[in-house]
Amino acid sequence: MSSTREAVSVRELPLRVVPVAALTRPWRNLGGRNSLYLVQRHARAYRHMWLVLLSGLGEPVFYLFSLGVGLGQLVGTVTGPAGTQVSYAQFVAPALLATSSMTGAMYDSTFNVFFRLKYAKLYDAVLSTPLRSGDVALGEITWALIRGALYAVAFLAVVVAMELARSPWAALALPAAVLTGFAFAAVGMAATTYMRSWQDFEFVTLVSMPLFLFSTTFYPLTVYPRALQVVVECTPLYQSVVLMRGFVLGVVGPGLLWHAAYLAVMGAAGLLVAGRRVSRLLLK
Amino acid sequence: MLGSSVPDHALIRARGLVKRFGEFTAVDGIDFELGRGEAFGFLGPNGAGKSSTMRMIGCVSPPTAGELTILGMDPVADGSAIRARLGVVPQEDTLDVELTVRENLLVYGRYFGLARSVIAERAARLLEFVQLSERATDQVEPLSGGLKRRLTIARSLINDPEILLLDEPTTGLDPQARHAVWDRLFRLKQQGVTLVLTTHYMDEAEQLCDRLVVMDAGKIAAEGSPRTLIERYSTPEVLELRFDPDEHEQAAEKLADVPAQRQEVLADRVLLYVTDGDAALATVRGLGLQPRTSLVRRSTLEDVFLRLTGRRLED
Ligand SMILES: Nc1ncnc2c1ncn2[C@@H]1O[C@H](COP(=O)(O)OP(=O)(O)OP(=O)(O)O)[C@@H](O)[C@H]1O
Ligand SMILES: [Mg+2]
Repeated sequence: MSSTREAVSVRELPLRVVPVAALTRPWRNLGGRNSLYLVQRHARAYRHMWLVLLSGLGEPVFYLFSLGVGLGQLVGTVTGPAGTQVSYAQFVAPALLATSSMTGAMYDSTFNVFFRLKYAKLYDAVLSTPLRSGDVALGEITWALIRGALYAVAFLAVVVAMELARSPWAALALPAAVLTGFAFAAVGMAATTYMRSWQDFEFVTLVSMPLFLFSTTFYPLTVYPRALQVVVECTPLYQSVVLMRGFVLGVVGPGLLWHAAYLAVMGAAGLLVAGRRVSRLLLK
Repeated sequence: MLGSSVPDHALIRARGLVKRFGEFTAVDGIDFELGRGEAFGFLGPNGAGKSSTMRMIGCVSPPTAGELTILGMDPVADGSAIRARLGVVPQEDTLDVELTVRENLLVYGRYFGLARSVIAERAARLLEFVQLSERATDQVEPLSGGLKRRLTIARSLINDPEILLLDEPTTGLDPQARHAVWDRLFRLKQQGVTLVLTTHYMDEAEQLCDRLVVMDAGKIAAEGSPRTLIERYSTPEVLELRFDPDEHEQAAEKLADVPAQRQEVLADRVLLYVTDGDAALATVRGLGLQPRTSLVRRSTLEDVFLRLTGRRLED
C-alpha cells in the first residue's frame, strides 16, 4: 500500500511522465501473492487441453535421438567444459535441456499472452479484481516457467535414463531450468506487449532459432572465430547451456554463478517491463 | 446540484472529476455522490463519457484531475482494496472463453482470494439466480448474448460486492432478455446492493434508478430522480404528430399557434409539450390540420434529454 501511495505524488508532478514512476520505484510493478490465482486459472484452463501441454515434450527428445545419438556415431567424443572428453550425446543433451526450458517458457509468454491480451480480454477481467498489472505479469511468467520446467523435468528423466548424466550435480539442472524459463518467459512477455499483430511473431522465431542453433548446442565454442565467440558468449541461451552442461556433466565452479546472475537479471528486467506495459496498455 | 436524498456517508464521491485521453476530454469535471443501497444511473448518448466514468470508479482508469473517493479510499492508491469490494459488469463481456460457465465463476472467485468452498457454494447459488444452472458445464463461447450477460452479472456477484457497477447491462439484448436482466437487477436492488449503472435506454433508467444524472459530452446536464427530472424539465403529457412529408414544414409553422409549453420539430414528427394532450389535439384539428397519426403519451426521460441537449437519446 505504502509504495502505491507514492504513485499519487508522482502523478502530480508537473511533468507527468509515466516511466518516472517505474524508475523511481521499480518494485512497485513486481507482482505478489495474488499472481498465483492467475497460475491456478491457467492450470484449470489446461485441463481442457492437456494434449497441447504434451506436444512440447517431443521436440528435444527427437533432437537427442537424431543428432545426439545418430550423429554421435560419426562424431565420437567432443571436448566438453574444462577440457573433459565426453560423448556427443552427452555434449548435446544439456544444451537441449536448456533449449526445451526456453521454448517451453516461450509458448505461453508469447502467443498465448498475446491472445489473452488482445482477443480474450482475460487481463481486462483480471484487472477489475484485486489483482494488479504486476500480478498479471508475474502470474503469466510463473506459469510459463512452470511449463518450461515441466519439459525440463521430463527431458532430464530421459537423459538420466540414457545414462548421459555424469554426476549428482545434474539435479541442479532443474533449478537452472526454472531460471532459464523465468528469463525467457519474462523477456518473451515483455516483447509480446509491444507486438501489434500476429505477423510480429516472426520476430520471435527470428531470435529463438539462431539462439537454438548457435549457443554451442551442437558444437563447442572453439569452432567459431574469436569475434563470433564473443557474440555467442553475450547471448542469453548460451548462459543456460553453460549452466546445464556444467551440472549435467559434473564440471561445477563459482564461474557458473555469473551465468545464473545474467539470467536472473534478464528475468527481473522482463518482469518489470511486462508489468509496466500491461498497465500502460489496459489501465488507460 | 445534489438532491436532498444524498446521505452523509457517501459510498462514492466525485468532485470536478476529469478524464482526458491525450487532448480529448471524455469526462469534463463532473460532481456526484451516492449512498449505500441507492440505484444510481448515468444516462447519456454514445460518447457521453459514461464508460470512462465507470472505469474510473472501477479503479481501472486513473482520473486525470479532480477528486474521487470510493468506499472512503483513493482509487489510485488503494485500487486493489477497493476492487475487492466492487462487482463489475463491463460494457463488453470479458468472460473467460477457455473455461466453462461454472468454471468462470470458480476462477473469478479465486482472483478475490476467496476459499474454494465459499466460491463453490456461491457459484451454485448465483447460477441458480441467473437461471444458468442447466448450462453450468457448457462452454461460454456458444452462449447467446443474453446468457453471456447474465453470466457476467453472476460473475460480478461472486465476491458479494458492496457496489455493483453495470455498464450498459442490456445493450444489444432482445426485449425478453432485457426483461430477464432487469428482473435480476431489481431483486439485487431489493436485497440492498448499491447499483451504479449506465444506459442509453430511458426505460431502463426509469425502471431501475432511484436517482440519475443526465450526461452529455462529458458533462452532467441534470441530476435527480426520474420523476423529478420529468417534472422539472418536461410537461405531464406529450402530443406526437406525424404529417405527410410534404406537409411537415407547413404544419409545424401553423402549430406555433397551438398553446404549448414547448414544441420540438424532429425530422419525422412534431412534439408538443402540454398539460392536456387530448385538448391540444382538439385545438390542432380546430386549426384545420390533418396529422397522419397522432399520439398522446406521458413525458419520459427521452423528453428530458431532448430538452436539455436538443438531441435524441437513442440512436
Ligand atoms: N482509451 C481511449 N482513448 C481515446 N479516447 C477514448 C478512450 N476511451 C474513450 N475515449 C473517448 O472518450 C469519449 C467517451 O467515451 P465513453 O466510452 O466514456 O463513452 P460512453 O458514454 O460510454 O459511450 P457509449 O454509449 O458509446 O458506450 C468517446 O468519444 C471515446 O471515443
Ligand atoms: Mg460506454
